[in-house]
Amino acid sequence: MSEVLVVIDHADGEVKKPTYELLTIAARLGEPAAVFIGAASQGDAVAEKVKKYGAQKVYVIDDAELKGYLVAPKAEALQQLAEKTGPAAILVPSTFEGKEVAARLAIKLESGLITDAVDVQAGDGGPVTTQSVFAGNYTVTAKVTHGTPIITVKPNSAAPEEAEGAAAVEAFAPTISDGAKTAQIVASQPRQSTGRPELTEAAIVVSGGRGTGGDFEPIEKFADSLGAAVGASRAAVDSGWMPHAFQVGQTGKTVSPQLYVANGISGAIQHRAGMQTSKTIVAVNKDEEAPIFELVDFGVVGDLHTVLPAATEQVTQRKG
Amino acid sequence: MNIVVCVKYVPDATADRHFEEDNTVDRVGVDGLLSELDEYAVEQALQLKEKRADEEVTVTALCVGPEKAVDAVRKALQMGADSGVHVVDDAIAGSDYAATSLVLAKAIEKVGKPDLVMCGMASTDASGSVVPAMLAERLGLPQVTLASVVETQGDQVRIKRDNEGSTEVIGATMPLVLSVTDQSGEARYPSFKGIMAAKKKPLETLSLADIGVDAGQVGLSVAWTQVEDTTARPPRTAGEIVKDEDGSGAVALTEFLASKKFI
Ligand SMILES: Cc1cc2nc3c(=O)[nH]c(=O)nc-3n(C[C@H](O)[C@H](O)[C@H](O)COP(=O)(O)OP(=O)(O)OC[C@H]3O[C@@H](n4cnc5c(N)ncnc54)[C@H](O)[C@@H]3O)c2cc1C
Ligand SMILES: Nc1ncnc2c1ncn2[C@@H]1O[C@H](COP(=O)(O)O)[C@@H](O)[C@H]1O
Repeated sequence: MSEVLVVIDHADGEVKKPTYELLTIAARLGEPAAVFIGAASQGDAVAEKVKKYGAQKVYVIDDAELKGYLVAPKAEALQQLAEKTGPAAILVPSTFEGKEVAARLAIKLESGLITDAVDVQAGDGGPVTTQSVFAGNYTVTAKVTHGTPIITVKPNSAAPEEAEGAAAVEAFAPTISDGAKTAQIVASQPRQSTGRPELTEAAIVVSGGRGTGGDFEPIEKFADSLGAAVGASRAAVDSGWMPHAFQVGQTGKTVSPQLYVANGISGAIQHRAGMQTSKTIVAVNKDEEAPIFELVDFGVVGDLHTVLPAATEQVTQRKG
Repeated sequence: MNIVVCVKYVPDATADRHFEEDNTVDRVGVDGLLSELDEYAVEQALQLKEKRADEEVTVTALCVGPEKAVDAVRKALQMGADSGVHVVDDAIAGSDYAATSLVLAKAIEKVGKPDLVMCGMASTDASGSVVPAMLAERLGLPQVTLASVVETQGDQVRIKRDNEGSTEVIGATMPLVLSVTDQSGEARYPSFKGIMAAKKKPLETLSLADIGVDAGQVGLSVAWTQVEDTTARPPRTAGEIVKDEDGSGAVALTEFLASKKFI
């Protein structure tokens, strides 16, 4: 069986949940082989993690020479690894960086690229992907017809399945050209953690919009009572109430949680693009005509400043 | 300094976007416009031109798309771009990212050797955010993408951007490919003067032959990816909506969440 390369999504060696989802998908298509681009010293610890989700092999690419630059060196490294291993497919996390690495790789390998898959299944002629397009209004299935299928996969596209893998660690040392080292990361300021779940990975997201009037406390408290991540509409971000990293929508994050609670958000098409595939949608909005109500499973017509604090109290009580 | 801004003509997001029989996006039957996210790239190009007033800066808007797509170029000219290039050829219909980036790259080479190739962060229809990276790969240029702030000094470019877990400053030397986000600053509206002036600006139409691309390299039949099926999502079944009266909303909300096992 051919290997399926899975690019590990991690922050400084901390493996992120979408990695396990990708490994689960890879097992449908071939033999999962994880690729860790990071500090070689963290390779063994990472291998222990991905072993539990069926990684048969773990290629460790030390990033000492790569990490000071934007995407191009990573694409070169993956090209060389792919040429050596001849994988059946390459799965990449659908982050902005992942998509750009995949884009360059696709040109290098003369291979078809499918972005933002929300499902991938084995088909007769290779992997068949499902994408959600036009703000979630259409579902599209597609496949790659040329070269090695390169697919970027969104978070929450599969339920991670535990499976014991061999996780044989193999160091891979790519040759990075000078031409790939031209866009330099001059400075990098890590964002402070909020202590809440990662927006794109969270099972529950509670968002606030212009209707908060700038006061996100009711949103945050309600989110905390549910153990949820906090999101925001662009109107809230543009007003400076929340950092851009919290924005949900076309130009922010796409989320697909079990539960999405939109508060004081009207439901513009660009916002929907980032949350329409959520399993259950709830809205609190004081305007009963707000378009968000067309989407909801449950809606409250009311003022979020009174509804949310009361609901927070009741949720906390129920949880005891 | 020469700047080429890649502008895409896209179906209006608020219109009824759909697919054709052959599973390609209907780009003709739905009202289209210059992708809003590419307006930000035009805006940043124009701001660079204004900031570097002591040298000659030309801004060329480049679009690959069907006949009607010339509207996207016109809008960019109305905003203030100096000239436009529209690559149109029946053979291009149904091209995927790879072919689109090939046509764009060849057109950019034909236009000359720009110091900056500027793009939006994503097209509002495909939302791939991959064409700028592909262009950089094909043109052999550095890619500096997803900028929320752009600064230049001589041939040096510095941008600020939000990455997954951090805020980054990226530096590179021109020539390069630069993409900007919708955080980079509101795009200007064409003024009446701008609209009048645009009518006299040069707008060149190029075919594949003009840019040296073989028709057999692009289009639906040779695409590296193939859409098998497109289905409209079934409308969501109407949910339950309650009016909050004296605290009833919070009670009903909590009940609902509990019934779905979220509490
Ligand atoms: C190219 C492009 C990209 C975009 N990308 C995004 C994106 O990524 N994400 C995004 O969100 N938007 C995006 N937008 C913007 C989008 O079109 C909307 O403008 C935005 O989503 C509106 O945010 P909002 O719902 O918070 O504000 P509004 O539309 O102003 O809605 C506020 C809502 O709050 C309700 N309200 C007011 N007070 C209260 C109260 N006390 N209690 C309860 N409800 C109250 C009102 O009834 C109203 O429905 C984009 C736009 C463009 C053109
Ligand atoms: N057909 C096109 N014509 C001109 N520019 C394009 C075209 N397709 C993509 N682009 C540019 O590439 C960016 C990203 O597009 P995409 O990768 O499709 O999301 C857009 O914002 C445009 O700047």
